[in-house]
Parts: sequence; C-alpha cells; structure tokens
Amino acid sequence: MTESATTMITVQDVHKWYGDFHALKGINMNIKQGEVIVIFGPSGSGKSTFIRTINRLEDHQRGEIVVRGTRLTHDIRNIEAIRMDTGMVFQQFNLFPHLTVMQNITLSPIQVRKWTKQKAEEIAIQLLERVGIPEQAHKFPGQLSGGQQQRVAIARALAMQPKIMLFDEPTSALDPEMIKEVLDVMVELAKSGMTMLVVTHEMGFARAVADRMFFFDQGQIVESGTPKDIFEAPKEERTKLFLSQILSH
Amino acid sequence: MNQSNTILPPITERSGFIGWLRKNLFGTWLDSFLTIVSVVFIYWVIKALYTWVFTIAEWEVIAANLRLFIIGQFPLEQAGRLWIALAFLLFLTGNSLAIWDKRAYAPAVLTLCFPLFLAFLPFENSTRQWLIILAVTGFVGWRLGFSKPDALKKTVVIGWVIALPIFVLLTRGFTETDGVGALAIVGTNLWGGLLLSFLLTVVANIFSFPLGLALALGRRSELPIIRWFSIGYIELIRGVPLITILFMAQLMLPLFLPDSINVDRVLRAMIGMTLFSAAYLAENVRGGLQAIPKGQFEASYALGLNSIQTMTFVIMPQALRLIIPILVGQFIAVFKDTALVAIVGLFDLLGIGRTVLAQPEFLGLHREVFAFISLIYWVLSYAMSYISQRLEESLGVGKR
Repeated sequence: MTESATTMITVQDVHKWYGDFHALKGINMNIKQGEVIVIFGPSGSGKSTFIRTINRLEDHQRGEIVVRGTRLTHDIRNIEAIRMDTGMVFQQFNLFPHLTVMQNITLSPIQVRKWTKQKAEEIAIQLLERVGIPEQAHKFPGQLSGGQQQRVAIARALAMQPKIMLFDEPTSALDPEMIKEVLDVMVELAKSGMTMLVVTHEMGFARAVADRMFFFDQGQIVESGTPKDIFEAPKEERTKLFLSQILSH
Repeated sequence: MNQSNTILPPITERSGFIGWLRKNLFGTWLDSFLTIVSVVFIYWVIKALYTWVFTIAEWEVIAANLRLFIIGQFPLEQAGRLWIALAFLLFLTGNSLAIWDKRAYAPAVLTLCFPLFLAFLPFENSTRQWLIILAVTGFVGWRLGFSKPDALKKTVVIGWVIALPIFVLLTRGFTETDGVGALAIVGTNLWGGLLLSFLLTVVANIFSFPLGLALALGRRSELPIIRWFSIGYIELIRGVPLITILFMAQLMLPLFLPDSINVDRVLRAMIGMTLFSAAYLAENVRGGLQAIPKGQFEASYALGLNSIQTMTFVIMPQALRLIIPILVGQFIAVFKDTALVAIVGLFDLLGIGRTVLAQPEFLGLHREVFAFISLIYWVLSYAMSYISQRLEESLGVGKR
C-alpha cells in the first residue's frame, strides 16, 4: 500500500511499432512522487515517442502503463482521467494562436474542470506571475517571444493542476538567449516537488535537478542512474560516446 | 553631425505630375505606344457606353417594372411587411456596425445612407417614405449601438439568429383569410424578383453551413460508415451540375412522392440549393481543417479536452478563420447560382426579367433588362466581398 501511494508511473515492457519500424523495444520505468526524470539520447532513439505514450498521444502495442493507479487502455475514460493528471509541454509550444494568453490558460480549466471563469482567471494570473509574465495576459501568442510562449505553455499545463508534468524537448526550438528563462521556471517547478519527466539535452539542468537519468538509444534504455553516475562513471560505450559528443563544446 | 549620418531620410523623388507621366507612361517608345493605344481604346469604350446609357437605352422598361424586379408578383398592399422586415435587418446592421466595427464610419454611413440616396430617385411617395424610414431605423440602431455596446451585444446576436425566421414569417404571413388582414398568407408562387433570389441565397447559405461542417467532420471520422457516407455524398453532389439537381427537385421528386404530399416549389429549390452548396462547403472546410497543425490537436488533448471540445474551441475557430475568403466566395457563388432557378420556372430576378421581356410593349429590350439585373447582382456580390475583407481585417487573419 505504502509503495503504491508514492508510485506515480509504472511502465512495464512497453513496445511500439510504426508499421514495421520497432520504435520502442521493451521499456521499463518506475517513477515515484516528486522525482525529476531526465531522458536523453540521440534523435530517433524513441525518447519523445516514449514520453508521448504516457498521456496516450501515441498508443503502445504491448506492455503496460499505469499512471497513478489508472491503467492506460483503449478506454477513453481512463485516457481522459490520465490526461487530467498530466500536463505536457511541447517543443513547438503549441499555444492556440486564436486565443489570448489568458484564454489559452483558462480554456481547459473552464471546459474540463468546470471552474467559473473568475476562478480560472485568478489562478491563471497567479500562474503567469509564477512564470514571470503577468503583464502579457491579454496579448496573443504571436506577439510574444519564443521563451515567453513556452512559459505560457507551462502555465497553461499547470492550470489543470496536474500531478505529473511531461516536457518534450521544451528548449529545443528556442533561441539560445531564451533557454535560461524557461529552464529557470522548470528548476523552480522541480524544487516545488512536482513529478517531472523531461526529454532534454540540457545537461546543466539535468545535473542541477534530476533525480535519475535515462539514456535512450534505438528504442531501448541503454543506461540509467543518478546524474552523478551518468556524468562521472558511465558504464556503456554508447553513453560515453553520446555524452562526449554533446558535452564537448 | 554623427546622428544625421546614422539615420538617413528615405530617398524621395522630387517630380510632379509631368515627371510621373514621363516615368510611368512614356518611359520608352513602346510604353508611349501602349499608352496611346490604351487611351484610344478606353475612350472608345466609354463613349460607346455613355451614348448607349444616356441616349439609346430605353430605361422605362426598368422603371415601369421595378416592383416586379424587386418583389415579383407579391401583392402591393402587403408590401409594407417586407419594408418592416428590411427595416429590422437595417436596424441590426446599424447596431452591429457600431458594436463590432467602431472605427468604420465611412462604410457605416454609406450603408445607412444608401436608402436615403435611393429616396432621391423618382419613386412614388409611399416608397420614398419607406426608404426614409429604413435610413432612420438604421441610424437609430447605429446610435444605440454606440451608446450601449456591451448591453446590446447579446440582444443583437439573438436578433440575427431570429432575423431569418422573422423575415420569412413577414414575407409569407400566417392568417388564412385570403388577401385580407395585415398578415394574410402570400403563397410562394407570388414571391419573385430580388426578394426570391435573396431568400434562396440566405436560406441555402445558412442551412448548408451546419450540413457542410458535419460532412467535413464526417469525412475525417474514424467510423467507416459515417466516413463513407460523407465521401459518397460529397463526391456524388460535386459530380452533378446544380441545374440537374434543381430539375430533379422540381420534376422528379413529385414522381416519387405520393399525390397527397405536395412540397412547395420554392421550398424544393431551397432544399436543392442547400444540398448542393453543402457538398462544396464541406470540401472547403476540410481544406481549412487540414491546414491546422497536428500539434494543436495534441496540445488540446493533452490538456484533457475531449474531441468535441477540441473541435469546438481549438480547431474549428482556426480553420474557419483561415477559409473566410473561400467561404464568402462560395456565398457569392450561391447567390449567383440562384439565377438557375429561372430555368426550372421560378421567377427570381432573372426569371422576372424574362417575363418582363415577354410583355409586348417591352419586346427587344434585352440589353436594358440584363444590364440592370447584372448591376443588381454586382452591387450585392461586391457588398458581400467587401464585408468579407472587413471581417478578415477585424479578426486579424494572416497577421498571426
């Protein structure tokens, strides 16, 4: 009982195929409440696919994913329950361009959680203050910089009061000078005790806040461990090679 | 001195009208030649047109039959109902312009003054009174919209929603007593002219819209039956000319229905046009849907919105905004296509034109009649196109 109370996500032997292409080859992972997990690896290694199976943006064909006690199946009720509990931040922000920042953030709380507009807007303002851009509430996404857009996207995901946050390469589409403002928000979020799964190549971020790191390659977890293990004593050749490539400059 | 070096003023050409002429029209020998030929050609066309319009054309045919062109055989003693319906529309237009397009003084004044302008033409006095009433209601609506924009918003939207039923009700009437009483029924066989074209257009466009949306979504559905039905419907209708559908509705349908069921002819034309327009609309909407990136769906799903909410709040608003120009193009096409009902024997603007030409005293005046009909079509089509441009501007299409 005590163990299930603290386990947020259980992933067992998950496989996924795109046609003939075997994208995920038996992934196992166990994530506890408050853990910050960093997933990294070369492009095409399946790390994005994996994180997207957790809220069913991609389906898996074999294995089992359990999020906070709810098993992920084709049952739409389970999927919706899990999506209510997980927030997601995308590489391309995916803000709704026809809605203002405020409307972007309050849309789902009003429609799905059935909050009043007033309550949703109060919380939205708090979240915008938390990500540092309360003054942008009534602008449209197209009027903001990339870093600001991504911070709005984080606020939008947090507005649903998720228990788990998924980040799919949140800084990869940003100009270099904007990466820090987004990472600062993520670090603050990690320190507040949020359970986070982050696909990223920001090794500084990983070193600072990750509890565990997973190295993906060719649809498999090649190596996992604490940042200390991974950075200072990687066991696998592939991990060493990849780290040397991304840390060399 | 340094400052003047960093920011240079744009280079302006200091040349007047002559310089402009020399640069743009007489730059080379070829330019000069083309300019002269064009001027001669334009002069020739304008002179011919001018001579025809002001000296040859016999416009009595229009003046004498104006009522037929506008409302067909609709009984004159009931025409007040149509004026009231029109006044209601103008009131709503004034309201909406003031509420949603505050800065558009010029178009608003132009639209609302149009009836006043018409009032200066040599009409009968009753017509003139009604035209002035129209302008006044329009202006009252406009002023009201300015003074209480927020309070009126909801009322105006409701007003537009009930505008068509009210218009149809006032046109048709509902008391049984034949021809007497304020709201006696006027059979659709008496509807004609611009009134009929207008009603056909509005009904076909309004009802084909939800149908087209449903078909567009159906075509993307994951349920095979719905998808196949949508594809079948769209491809079948798009593969058939409108005129055949209208013939089917007018001539074939009665063969299949029992004698006791008698569907009104105008209603049949409306249904035919609606069904036809829906298939095209569905394809236009599908085009808009395909332009929405996959990430929009994903972000919406990830936030816990279900597929209906995603369509309603995230995808459709963006898709429809993208295709406003195409949609308006289609609305205009439907308006012009209503002319085809003349061929199946209804008296729309074109049908009335042909009956007018069949009157012995107006034989051979085709040019006047068709020029007048074309002018009406052009004015209204251009108005729609203009509204579409304003709508695009105010919604900021293409800016984000």
